[in-house]
Amino acid sequence: MFPTRQAARRLALQSSRRWSHSVAPSPRLNPVTEKDLAYFSSILQPSSILSTLSPSKLPASELDPYNTDWIGRYKGTSTTVLRPRTTQEVSEIVKYCNEKRIGVVPQGGNTGLVGGSVPTGSGEVVVNLGNMSNVRHFDAVSGILVADAGCVLQSLTDYIAPQNHIMPVDLGAKGSCQIGGNVATNAGGLRLMRYGSLHGTVLGLEVVLPDGTILDLLSTLRKDNTGYDLKQLFIGAEGTLGIITGVSILTPPAPQASNNVILALPSFECVLPLFKTAKRQLSEIMSAFEYIDRTAYDLAVKHGQGRALNDEDVEGAACFVLIETSGGKREHDEEKLNELLETLMTADKPIINTGVMSQTPAQFASMWALREGVTEAVSKEGKAYKYDISVPLSSFKDVVDVTRERLREKGLLGPKAVKHVIGYGHVGDGNLHLNVVADAYTPEIEAALEPFVYELVAKYKGSISAEHGVGVMKTHALHYSKSNTAIEMMKRIKQVFDPNGIMNPGKVLP
Amino acid sequence: MRPSAVRLLNVLVPIKRTIDYAVKIRVNPQQTGVDTNVKHSMNPFDEIAVEEAVRLREKLKDAVKSIKVITIGPPKASETLRTALAMGADAGIHVEVPEASPSPEPLGVAKALQAVIKREKEGVDLVILGKQAIDDDAGQTGQMLAGLMGWSQATFASKIVVDTEKKEASVTREIDGGLEEIRCRLPLVLTTDLRLNEPRYASLPNIMKAKKKPIEKLSASDLGVDLTPILETLKVTEPPKRTGGQKVESVDELVQKLKDAGITAVA
Repeated sequence: MFPTRQAARRLALQSSRRWSHSVAPSPRLNPVTEKDLAYFSSILQPSSILSTLSPSKLPASELDPYNTDWIGRYKGTSTTVLRPRTTQEVSEIVKYCNEKRIGVVPQGGNTGLVGGSVPTGSGEVVVNLGNMSNVRHFDAVSGILVADAGCVLQSLTDYIAPQNHIMPVDLGAKGSCQIGGNVATNAGGLRLMRYGSLHGTVLGLEVVLPDGTILDLLSTLRKDNTGYDLKQLFIGAEGTLGIITGVSILTPPAPQASNNVILALPSFECVLPLFKTAKRQLSEIMSAFEYIDRTAYDLAVKHGQGRALNDEDVEGAACFVLIETSGGKREHDEEKLNELLETLMTADKPIINTGVMSQTPAQFASMWALREGVTEAVSKEGKAYKYDISVPLSSFKDVVDVTRERLREKGLLGPKAVKHVIGYGHVGDGNLHLNVVADAYTPEIEAALEPFVYELVAKYKGSISAEHGVGVMKTHALHYSKSNTAIEMMKRIKQVFDPNGIMNPGKVLP
Repeated sequence: MRPSAVRLLNVLVPIKRTIDYAVKIRVNPQQTGVDTNVKHSMNPFDEIAVEEAVRLREKLKDAVKSIKVITIGPPKASETLRTALAMGADAGIHVEVPEASPSPEPLGVAKALQAVIKREKEGVDLVILGKQAIDDDAGQTGQMLAGLMGWSQATFASKIVVDTEKKEASVTREIDGGLEEIRCRLPLVLTTDLRLNEPRYASLPNIMKAKKKPIEKLSASDLGVDLTPILETLKVTEPPKRTGGQKVESVDELVQKLKDAGITAVA
């Protein structure tokens, strides 16, 4: 299943990704050799090095978790993975690679969905930040947290919880993703509606630039208007302008009261009026508004992601909405929530069939698990083509239906081809996750979907990647959402920071 | 309608408000107990008990005349009763104890339940309790109640089938060796085990109906019961911290380490 060991040079020139547009190995880059490995061994601890080259000579399978992305769609062939322990070590690695023209792939939890955190075929070295996992400082009064980039998001959540703070960003991958990666990809997630994006909550960064220089922008200041705000360039750059090694982030106070409800809607047309009503009645306490269509719900239940609703509650439901409220006083929040639910249940023309409300923290978690578990359920169900798009709310259902129709026309709908076409996502942010679940990845399905889906999104003037980023998957599709002028400026900025093109080659920019 | 010898069932479900099982508990500085300034919710086994009562009614329909839930606890415990009402119970009884008083003990609870049952004009045919509370892990209340009432008891139930005509229940119990099936005469005290059912989410229509359902407030003296504890807690401490394990390089080394620790092969 995985490539057997091969000489470094041959490896470097072979692109072993299974899919589509292969990334031409960068002609300006050199693959890692034994000589390079010897240098790395002189600056790093032995436990920080994994390599198939001599003298380490690990079997290639040991490097699989670093070479393969989470979905299993992108498989790199790097021979060497480095796991430095300090920013200084990262700096020395990058300085060396810049001098020797060796490609560097910064990697965090490797949970990205666009193949941005795994090597392509240029003999890159993977620099995994997992060993840099210390919290440097937390101020419980201001809520400002300073941490190493390799801290797992869940562990940061656990660290600040006793002080009654929460992370401003939350996503299904929280048990594995690292804060550095979250920042590098400008992760969105389930709390964006309430707490805003990382562009707002990140106060400072420590970055190792492509020439090895350590750029210290680690500020804990809430306001600092002194020149160009450089950190914004690295947030969302997906590791192509430098490696983030430290993050300073503003964490909001934990809500005193949290509640959630799952509402069963008779038809998609009810989602927008429900959103308007909920926004108006719940106002400041609404912290999440998530949509999952019926098939997505059924898949999550099928794969045991969370406790299902009763059969009679889901009967006739075309889709579901999960609303979360977070506020300072339980009684106040419950009153608002109960008023909303009464309005909905007693309306003349009801926009909901029924719903359930969590009564305990365990139920609260279980309801979220149903929504968060859709991603995992999808990967258990088959091979997924994931399209993370921003389109107008009113078109959410149309996009799914039109895509399904397209596959039907091409004769690709069925148990042996495309099993399901589902939609779910962050209604509150206008972000739909369109998933096409197939029995296997095939060129026919891909040809039917791309550029069809991107063109569909462009028609709505939407984004072809709302929050997942570009990685290696969507470099060729950037022009559907950004003008040529914009892309040209991005290339110029890349040239300023990384003239030798060593930082995460083949990613983001076409 | 032909005359029926079947008596309609009145079901009583005692529930307890405990620290939510998802909370990380901490021993208080005085070492007299745990920090209770945390989220509380219905004891999970009691949730299962309420769910079972509601399912019984779904199965037996009108044969189940009433489902009453009762709790003995501080003022906040009435929220736990509301949750049970939202799951489908008909009415609640709140035996209120002052906020600062110590948690009632199983014997005290059992005596209070006995008094409540005697008070019920329509009588009680089935009492469904959780097998134990997750705060004290006592697992005694159901058994003590059955003893006081002189009723049959079927504990650690993982399956219940009630025959209203024969006034009997067939109960499958979880025991060490596996499962035991027993036949019990009503009136019956049941305690629920984990595998009995999975409690439902409270649905919105039921939550709204629950607000109008009655909760009767009583005190221990109304029942003629003394809830003063007869046990004194001397000290509460955390379990000793787990020391790290060791990694070995080979099977031989593992076998040697086991031998050194005095563990020898059986065969």
